[in-house]
Amino acid sequence: MTSSPAIDVVRVSHHYGQRQALCDLDLAVREGEIFAVVGPNGGGKTTLFRLLSTLLPPQSGQVRILGHDVVTETFAVRALIGIVFQAPGLDRQLTVAENLRHQGHLYGMSGLRLKQRQDDLLTRLRLSDRRDERVATLSGGLRRRVELAKGMLHGPRLLLLDEPSTGLDPAARRDLWDYLTTLRREDGVTVVLTTHLLEEAELADRIALLDAGKLLALDTPDALRATVGGDAITIRAREPAALAVEVRARFGCAAEVVDDSVRLEQPDGHQWIARLVEAFPGRIDAVTFSRPTLEDVFIDRTGHRFAHETAEQRDAAGGKRRGKGYA
Amino acid sequence: MAEATRDNPASTITPAGPSLGSVYGSAAQSPLTVRPWLAAGSLAWRELVRFLRQRNRVFGALGQPIIFWLLFSAGFSGMQGLGYQHFFPGTLVMILLFTAIFATISIIEDRREGFLQSVLVAPLPRWSMVAGKIFGGASLAMLQGLLFLILGLLTVKGMSPGFFGVIGVVLLMAVVSLALCGLGFLLAWRMESTQGFHAIMMVLLMPMWLLSGAFFPAAAGWMGWVVALNPLTYGVSGIRQMLGLVDAKTAAAEPSLWLCWLVSLLFAGAMFALSSASARRATRGDLL
Repeated sequence: MTSSPAIDVVRVSHHYGQRQALCDLDLAVREGEIFAVVGPNGGGKTTLFRLLSTLLPPQSGQVRILGHDVVTETFAVRALIGIVFQAPGLDRQLTVAENLRHQGHLYGMSGLRLKQRQDDLLTRLRLSDRRDERVATLSGGLRRRVELAKGMLHGPRLLLLDEPSTGLDPAARRDLWDYLTTLRREDGVTVVLTTHLLEEAELADRIALLDAGKLLALDTPDALRATVGGDAITIRAREPAALAVEVRARFGCAAEVVDDSVRLEQPDGHQWIARLVEAFPGRIDAVTFSRPTLEDVFIDRTGHRFAHETAEQRDAAGGKRRGKGYA
Repeated sequence: MAEATRDNPASTITPAGPSLGSVYGSAAQSPLTVRPWLAAGSLAWRELVRFLRQRNRVFGALGQPIIFWLLFSAGFSGMQGLGYQHFFPGTLVMILLFTAIFATISIIEDRREGFLQSVLVAPLPRWSMVAGKIFGGASLAMLQGLLFLILGLLTVKGMSPGFFGVIGVVLLMAVVSLALCGLGFLLAWRMESTQGFHAIMMVLLMPMWLLSGAFFPAAAGWMGWVVALNPLTYGVSGIRQMLGLVDAKTAAAEPSLWLCWLVSLLFAGAMFALSSASARRATRGDLL
């Protein structure tokens, strides 16, 4: 059983009316990893999430979770996964503890077992002093933590989160990641989340880059970055144009002037810094070195910037949120 | 590992992996058992807690029967012909109808707030959610109905139900409440907003009440047929008969008591079955 992957998506396609949301998607998530599905809005993340969370059966292809088919073994899958939806799933009129107790009942838990598990999660997520407060009075960050406790209550082996950091400030976002890594370490749970933030995806063990319903890339953040050109070296100098010419002449590499700085892309960028500073003593004011970002990976694969959304994509994403176009 | 399928929810799944020697894992390692009635009870409990926490709802729920009782008893005291005794069962059923329907349309709110999604992805048969919603709504309807019944028993002249009559009336009220909640669920399940509900109220529910013998004493012709086919007619009539509000003269116009029970029970059963069947099919609202 441990040999089967946490998630196995095989040749899955899905469309809403005319719009293709997922196109022949293949994807496997290993047990115990933190896996991020990242892509621009309208890229297919939410549809994939719906398929994984059993809200929607796949139109074609197969989705298996921890060895169980989501269509023929729906109940087995549901017992094994914990889900944190993007829309807040808590009852605002109920207290934190009441929400968790209700959730426990939905999963057949009751009595001492439920109480122990609930106390344990409240303690670990530092919510114990909030247990009797109504959800309506809690901040966004606290609510998300309660959602996390709710999703983990029945001890799932796979935790699915849809855009978990939406609406959270950077501090609450960092908190959330601390809790996710803690849960993974202590409970051994596999964590799969969707996000439209590249800097958030960097924190995951592996990333699936999704655009227009297609899988662009799937690997660790480092491996993905390694696929593009190299490190970026930016030199600030008094005469950037002249320096760029000399760099080109001396090293025979491409060096361009971008925003009054000389910029070159090379693998092993750190070695270039020493080389450049020694070659042009006194002429360089500052050298910065930066590793390629996931944004660079995205540009490399699609030819357009990540944040760039076409009007069509925006409409599609908006329509999707209103539940339109679902056949 | 026991196989659990869509048709067979009884599963013994070990949620946490066996290799995870965490101190926290112990609670999670015993298998999960699907308990549809526990879930239904919890959902019904939630309806009651939500109701009690919204002060304006409590105020309205207690105020409505009292105001109806005050206005109707004062209004009818000076009237000739059909008195309050005739309208009492119908008013009682109207209170059940409105409360039951409005309680179940909260499913639209649950959906919009996102709460429903967690219920939909829990390892539960859908009838469990339907039962929870219906029992919760019926409890609220009964709360108001009982208050109105008690006020009526204390003050309305001509009611002589006796002890078993009262028990019978309360039980039939419960059956009617469950049936109406089932109807409410069926109507609300596929709706995306509560705004559309007013139309349904006017074109379906008001006529249903008006043509249940609650309002018009006896109808002939096509209206008589509609009254006879309306399942609510039998609830109103059963309550009227068990309250002892039927004399030798009017008894002929009423269906027999056993038929009232039979139709009301079938009504409740059918609404529950239809609601469960409807909830089993995915709706685009699941994705809101």
